[in-house]
Amino acid sequence: MSVNKESFLPEPNFLTSPKGLKSWLLTLDHKRIGLMYLFAIMFFFMIGGIFAVLIRLELLQIGETIMSADTYNRMFTLHGAIMIFLFIIPAIPAAMGNIMLPIMLGAKDVAFPRLNLASWYIYIGGSLFAIYSMAHGAVDTGWTFYTPYSTSTNGAVISMTLGVFIIGFSSILTGLNFIVTIHKLRLPGMTWFKMPLFIWGLYATAIIQVLATPVLAITLILLILERTLGIGIFDPAMGGDPVLFQHFFWFYSHPAVYIMILPGMGIISEMVAVFSHKRIFGYKAIAFSSLGIAFLSFLVWGHHMFTSGQSEYAAMIFSFLTFMVGIPSGIKTFNWLATLFRGSITFEAPMLYVFAFLFLFTIGGLTGIFLGALPVDIHLHDTYFVVAHFHYVMMGGTVMAFLGGIHYWWPKIWGRMYSEAWARVAWVLIFVGFNMTFFTQFLLGTKGMPRRYFDYLPQFEGMHGFSSVGSLVLGAGFIVMAFYLIHAIFKGRLAGDNPWGALTLEWQTSSPPPPENFLKDPVFTHGPYDYDTVDVQRTV
Amino acid sequence: MDSTATLWMPPAQSTIAGEVDALFYFIFYVAMGFFFLVVLAALYFLIRYRRKGNEVGLTDGHDHNFKLELIWTIIPTILVFIVFIWGFRTYLKMNVAPKGAIEIKVTGQKWFWSFDYPNGAVTLSELVVPAGRPVKLLLSSRDVIHSFYVPDFRIKMDALPNRYTMLWFEAKNVGTYNLYCAEYCGTGHSTMLGKVKVLSVSDYEKWLANAGAEKDAEVPLPELGKKVYTGKACMTCHTIDGTPSVGPTFKNVFGHTVELSDGTTITIDENYIRESVLKPQAKVVKGFAPVMPTFQGLLSNREIDGIIAYIKTLSEQ
Repeated sequence: MSVNKESFLPEPNFLTSPKGLKSWLLTLDHKRIGLMYLFAIMFFFMIGGIFAVLIRLELLQIGETIMSADTYNRMFTLHGAIMIFLFIIPAIPAAMGNIMLPIMLGAKDVAFPRLNLASWYIYIGGSLFAIYSMAHGAVDTGWTFYTPYSTSTNGAVISMTLGVFIIGFSSILTGLNFIVTIHKLRLPGMTWFKMPLFIWGLYATAIIQVLATPVLAITLILLILERTLGIGIFDPAMGGDPVLFQHFFWFYSHPAVYIMILPGMGIISEMVAVFSHKRIFGYKAIAFSSLGIAFLSFLVWGHHMFTSGQSEYAAMIFSFLTFMVGIPSGIKTFNWLATLFRGSITFEAPMLYVFAFLFLFTIGGLTGIFLGALPVDIHLHDTYFVVAHFHYVMMGGTVMAFLGGIHYWWPKIWGRMYSEAWARVAWVLIFVGFNMTFFTQFLLGTKGMPRRYFDYLPQFEGMHGFSSVGSLVLGAGFIVMAFYLIHAIFKGRLAGDNPWGALTLEWQTSSPPPPENFLKDPVFTHGPYDYDTVDVQRTV
Repeated sequence: MDSTATLWMPPAQSTIAGEVDALFYFIFYVAMGFFFLVVLAALYFLIRYRRKGNEVGLTDGHDHNFKLELIWTIIPTILVFIVFIWGFRTYLKMNVAPKGAIEIKVTGQKWFWSFDYPNGAVTLSELVVPAGRPVKLLLSSRDVIHSFYVPDFRIKMDALPNRYTMLWFEAKNVGTYNLYCAEYCGTGHSTMLGKVKVLSVSDYEKWLANAGAEKDAEVPLPELGKKVYTGKACMTCHTIDGTPSVGPTFKNVFGHTVELSDGTTITIDENYIRESVLKPQAKVVKGFAPVMPTFQGLLSNREIDGIIAYIKTLSEQ
């Protein structure tokens, strides 16, 4: 046998011990559960992405291109529902958070490992309802399920909403688990302000998950009761109020925006410090701004309803609070910039995604100012401007942070490196394709192109066509990424414990980590960003 | 009418559009400033502080600067305050219709708009208005939620099945403008297109006179309301000559403020009348017993529209 011993992963590691399918399906190891989440959400990300490309192909030209209006309405509904409920909400907390949070705290697992496994099965159970719905006529309500449309339309609305209802519980349980874990299982010596900022992001997120998700559950149950029993709460013919549904829905779904972005901001904070090899600037400002955002996020839901006939007084308050919730995000951005100052910066794939995040999320955040300003929102509401805005925030923000996190922790999870050259190719395709697709939509929306339109007037054809071509470039980037990331799992060169020269605890154990995270108990000797006092080098 | 003639906002064709655009462009330039600040600073730092060689030593440990942090908190806060106050002032103008505005009832349904003019004329999908006169639209829907959107006028308002919403505008120039439904409403959402046809005042009056004659079959709202008043038993308890009966009179009440039995006051408007027809016990005028039955299911929406229009004709404007 002439196999180089160096090409084997360290043993024992959580990927191979114990072995067997049963050991995975019944595992209580947070890393395995997180990885199973990752596979599930990537599957749905792919499905949602395919729907997105089909939507853009339909809009490539004027008139019916590849599908009917009814099919189109189902497509954009499924794209939204899958991307929001099945992908982006669980993406960072349940997948990346599950894998990394206990290791970063120096713990052996989360506080409630069985609950953790249960939350994965609840997620899978809920997603089966969603798949059942897709196979049985699907839904054409838009992911927002507005009444009275959603109570009067045909289609599998009940199974879809039931699916989302069930998935909500997995989100609540994950949040609960994380809160307890962060409070109780930190390594001795790791005080609150010595925690990595990703943990702060997850903590703020968990609070919203636990407090807001039940409201979504109540709302969806009311919708199901309305459809099955006709209880009349949203039915004007029985004295109900359809706009009440919008209030209920956004009371969850606006905070949910921060469930999506806060952990992403946490990942950015980690990566910006590691790849600048520098102490993070304004640690407490970043940590507290996460909590500030979490608190204010509950008080701005009415800005989705400026044209719904709510009182001018309510609109004024919601407008004001909307501007206030923007300030902490701005503070974070300046803190990340200041971290770069006098750093020792390298440009591996995770750092490229930090730059993409700064570029795209800044556009996403600034265009939010337009939508917070009442008279401007009246014009832009429900147009492509809004579509572009939330894609810049959700995809340009959260997904870029998520992709950065994937590239950052991929060597830790699998013990092997991906091809840096191919990572650059994919990054360029994604960055260029994303801007082609969505920047165009700011122009479309400003000119008055309403959203959720199967067809459009001739004056919009050029821009719609350009946006559709952009989506193909974007899609190509993801295909390239899938290839090199999967290739790395099997053929990548060994990463070593600490390929980036980072100081947080997950880099002080082997890659992949052993089942109990650390072979010998870790000791807290330095803070997460002490690059000014601790000399740390890369292990390649 | 070519909305692609400009890069961002389409042509401003209503009196309020210019104000909306001024705020839009203010935010636009401030946002551009911040965007370039962030991206150029990031690029500069990335290049200036890139690592040279493979080894890395200890780096600068400064992690806060109170003055700097105060500045980058306060400046954006001041700017969003300006935007907020500016925005709210314009928004109030957009929401308070001038006195004497022409009132047109707009009804959305799958998948067209219908318009009821003061003289009983009805048009479908095409709203006809005079240039240079304020027009007030009272919106509602027969089925799901729709949204009335004219980009060139910068106006948008949802049409709801259970309550009236209002918007107003004053078109500046004669022409034809696109009208969209902006709230997703199903299969025909993207074909629920209409036009706003703006005529000169004299042409409008000529058109209206003819349109009213043509549509004799369609009963105008005030007339319908009068029929409802006598035919659906309102007259049993409400007079039209100013004397109180079992319930308050209908004469000279619209737009007036009355005291309610719980001591609060309310101005009688479209929504109050509608609520009082459907949920009579909700807000009872002081001095009257809460004895009125609900007319939920007994009156159609158009009949309620009619009652409201009729009560308006009984009041001094």
